[in-house]
Amino acid sequence: MEPAVLLEGITKRFPGVVANDQVNLRVEAGEIHAICGENGAGKSTLMKILYGMQPPDEGHMFVNGEEVHFSSPKDAIARGIGMVHQHFMLADNFTVLENVVLGSEPEKHGSIDFDAARQRILELGEKYGLTIDPDRVTDELEVGERQRVEIIKVLFRGGQILILDEPTAVLVPQEVEELFANIRGLKAEGHTIIFIDHKLDEVLEISDSITVLRRGRTVATVKPEDVSARDLAELMVGSELPTPTVEESTVTDVPVLELDAVEVLDDGRNVVHSTTFTIHKGEIVGVAGVEGNGQSELVEAILGLREVEVGKISLNGEDITHTSVRHRREDGMGYIPEDRHRRGLLLPATLWENDMLGHQSMEPFVRNGFWVDRAAARAHTRKVIEEYDVRTPGVDVPALALSGGNQQKLIVGREMSVPLSVLIAAHPTRGIDVGAQAAVWDELRRARREGLAVLLVSADLDELIGLSDRLFVMLRGRIVAELDPEEVDARQLGAYMTGAATAEAAS
Amino acid sequence: MIRRLGYSVAAPVASLLLALVFGAIVLQLTGADPWTAFANVWEFGTRLETLVDTLNRGTALYLSGVAVAIGFKMNLFNIGVEGQYILAAIVAAEVGAKVGNLPPVIHVTVILLTAMTVGALWSGLAGVLKAYRNVNEVISTIMLNAIGVAGLVAFLLKKWDVPDALLDTKTQEIPRSGWMPSLTWVPELFTRDIAKELYGFLAIAVVVGILYHVLLNKTRIGYDLRATGWNPFAARAGGVDPKRTIILAMLLSGAVAGLVGLGDLLGKDHAYSLRFIQQRGFNGIAVALLGRNHPVGIAIGAFIFGWLEASGGVLQVKGDAPAEIVTILKGVIVLAAVIAYAVVERKRQAFETAAAAAAVAEKEPAVVVAPVGDGTEAGK
Ligand SMILES: Nc1ncnc2c1ncn2[C@@H]1O[C@H](COP(=O)(O)OP(=O)(O)OP(=O)(O)O)[C@@H](O)[C@H]1O
Ligand SMILES: [Mg+2]
Repeated sequence: MEPAVLLEGITKRFPGVVANDQVNLRVEAGEIHAICGENGAGKSTLMKILYGMQPPDEGHMFVNGEEVHFSSPKDAIARGIGMVHQHFMLADNFTVLENVVLGSEPEKHGSIDFDAARQRILELGEKYGLTIDPDRVTDELEVGERQRVEIIKVLFRGGQILILDEPTAVLVPQEVEELFANIRGLKAEGHTIIFIDHKLDEVLEISDSITVLRRGRTVATVKPEDVSARDLAELMVGSELPTPTVEESTVTDVPVLELDAVEVLDDGRNVVHSTTFTIHKGEIVGVAGVEGNGQSELVEAILGLREVEVGKISLNGEDITHTSVRHRREDGMGYIPEDRHRRGLLLPATLWENDMLGHQSMEPFVRNGFWVDRAAARAHTRKVIEEYDVRTPGVDVPALALSGGNQQKLIVGREMSVPLSVLIAAHPTRGIDVGAQAAVWDELRRARREGLAVLLVSADLDELIGLSDRLFVMLRGRIVAELDPEEVDARQLGAYMTGAATAEAAS
Repeated sequence: MIRRLGYSVAAPVASLLLALVFGAIVLQLTGADPWTAFANVWEFGTRLETLVDTLNRGTALYLSGVAVAIGFKMNLFNIGVEGQYILAAIVAAEVGAKVGNLPPVIHVTVILLTAMTVGALWSGLAGVLKAYRNVNEVISTIMLNAIGVAGLVAFLLKKWDVPDALLDTKTQEIPRSGWMPSLTWVPELFTRDIAKELYGFLAIAVVVGILYHVLLNKTRIGYDLRATGWNPFAARAGGVDPKRTIILAMLLSGAVAGLVGLGDLLGKDHAYSLRFIQQRGFNGIAVALLGRNHPVGIAIGAFIFGWLEASGGVLQVKGDAPAEIVTILKGVIVLAAVIAYAVVERKRQAFETAAAAAAVAEKEPAVVVAPVGDGTEAGK
């Protein structure tokens, strides 16, 4: 049988980098094919080429045995190829239905036939277990649901070959299981799935074959039966697979960040109920929870992006409940946002301008609090790039030219490279490859040893358990359990997160 | 290097050529002979007097363009420059007249500060509405234009009108100490006598251009403005206060807008009258677009527009075509510029990519050469 996708000698260059260098890829029809590789290895670029978003500089593409030349995603869609991007592309204030229909409107007498579209969405949902209410506004959806919408959108357009770029990065384990069930369902119906993932055990669990890219080249295509996660990591980076390990506790009794009965409202609805806790110098406090249970709002309230209606927040003994974001940052608060494109980066701006963000009132970025010191800022950025291994041709390229993982590394580096007393880290290693992830963990531990207080929100339960000194579980806006990370495993923690296990049962 | 420079000049030149072609077609359609018409315009347009007139008009258009660009830098669309500069001009004229004789530098400074304050306040109003009431600045500035020009200015003009023999509606004349000396002597150093005054106000526009560049690129305030324009959510997480930044941007934009009419006021008219030139706020939007919000780009745009205004009138005088052709050409230039910029940008990126690829290949020949040779299944 002809392979569903065959790429031969694909080369793609960007200013200063060769993103794909003579890449070959063979995906059999009806298989689940994983693409692995370090940050910046060229995975997203290769998929964008296959989806017609970018033309290759060299090489040939075959779909179901026929050579194709795509000049836009439209051409790829016509060949039955669909893609769900690393960074979602849904229009926030549209309904699910509108988002799905956008760009592929089924017409009836010249107007969009919404009823037929709604019917079809429901059918697709039924068939693949992708249940979603077509009339909900995308804004209100949780990440797992948004992803389902993206997949439905692809299927709606008749996609036979689905490309998923890091679909699991934003999901908690239960959601990953649901997604994998969907993917298996799609496979059973004869669809071909290509997906990118940094979590190697997930890759081994679901894929039929795995292609590894390294620095823009195909290193190998292997079968999951023949390799271990360790082998894969070695193929990717040529080094060993790290595991997060607990270290000697460095917790002190000096309080840094204190929340006292803090409540957060959203449109008059309580999204965070009375919450009280203290993070001490040298302590990492982890927050587990399925996305949408108030963690984001809690983080935003601590940073000052959201008004705190009731309660009090103190930093190093000073009441900061109603101070500005800038004030908090100047007081030593760092912030790694959960959504790097929305809250973290100035995409069209250069890397050094991005490195300044949040520090633009501080030395060495500005002199006398007013004059931007370009040379010092660029030097600082060069240091961040070096220390956090951000793969880039230079500090003057725009942030949008970096691969997703490298953007993340830049943010982590930016936040941790200035003196801090507390770091609010939401999914700090989201989208970062195994090697770089270990480096970030080491950096967090080093900072903790030196007295940093950290609030760590993460969907990666191993990360939470491995790094935290204490663990909270958030459910429907409340902290429902406080756990000792040495005494829980990922499975138990998962049960707390969905409410299947409760604090009472544990004690 | 030369090639890079070529790319940045290519777009404006291309749009100018496009406008010429289009202008020729329009002239042909109106029954005129494009060649004679262009020859007339060229002959008239290259006279020293016309060029001085171009600079005078360009000065006003430049300030208007900068005012609009300050807003554009953070995705604010200040359509209100029109109202801001006219209102500022009439108030500055009246204040300049009423303060009487002052030492010259102080007198002019008082007039400048008055105009900037009025412009800033009128524009700041839109900023406050946007920051605290989330009123779209496009709508509020359009309304402020209507209220300002049709209402307030008309009212003030009637109130401050001084009766004179010519039955002209105008404010009281500013005393000589509040006039700005002409700069005509500078070009005259190199050429002949010029029968037209070059506004000394040109110097102020140059200073504003430099300050615009410095503020935007070298200061924290400028960084905050640009960051908000790039991504307001990330800027906010980075400690930029969105409300303050919006208001600040509108105040700055309005302050510069306040200066737009002062070249004419301080250099020629010395009073506000019904003949005061309008539309400069709207032309400033086009000039800012043409110049891509860049201080030098805006200057080029202002010069082109100023020249069209200064020399296009000759068509009408010589009976070649209606004066409206200038308005059409202005529109065509802006449209052509938008297209040309997009095309040139794509070409430039392709060129830089190729250059970078060549540089990379040169730097690491050993690494690149080996696997490329056979290309298949490298790691196996
Ligand atoms: N639009 C662009 N302009 C310039 N360079 C780019 C652009 N897109 C990608 N690159 C570069 O191409 C290389 C490959 O990027 P790509 O996004 O494909 O990596 P990736 O394998 O998906 O990494 P990640 O795991 O971090 O998402 C990177 O070095 C990146 O900087
Ligand atoms: Mg990627």
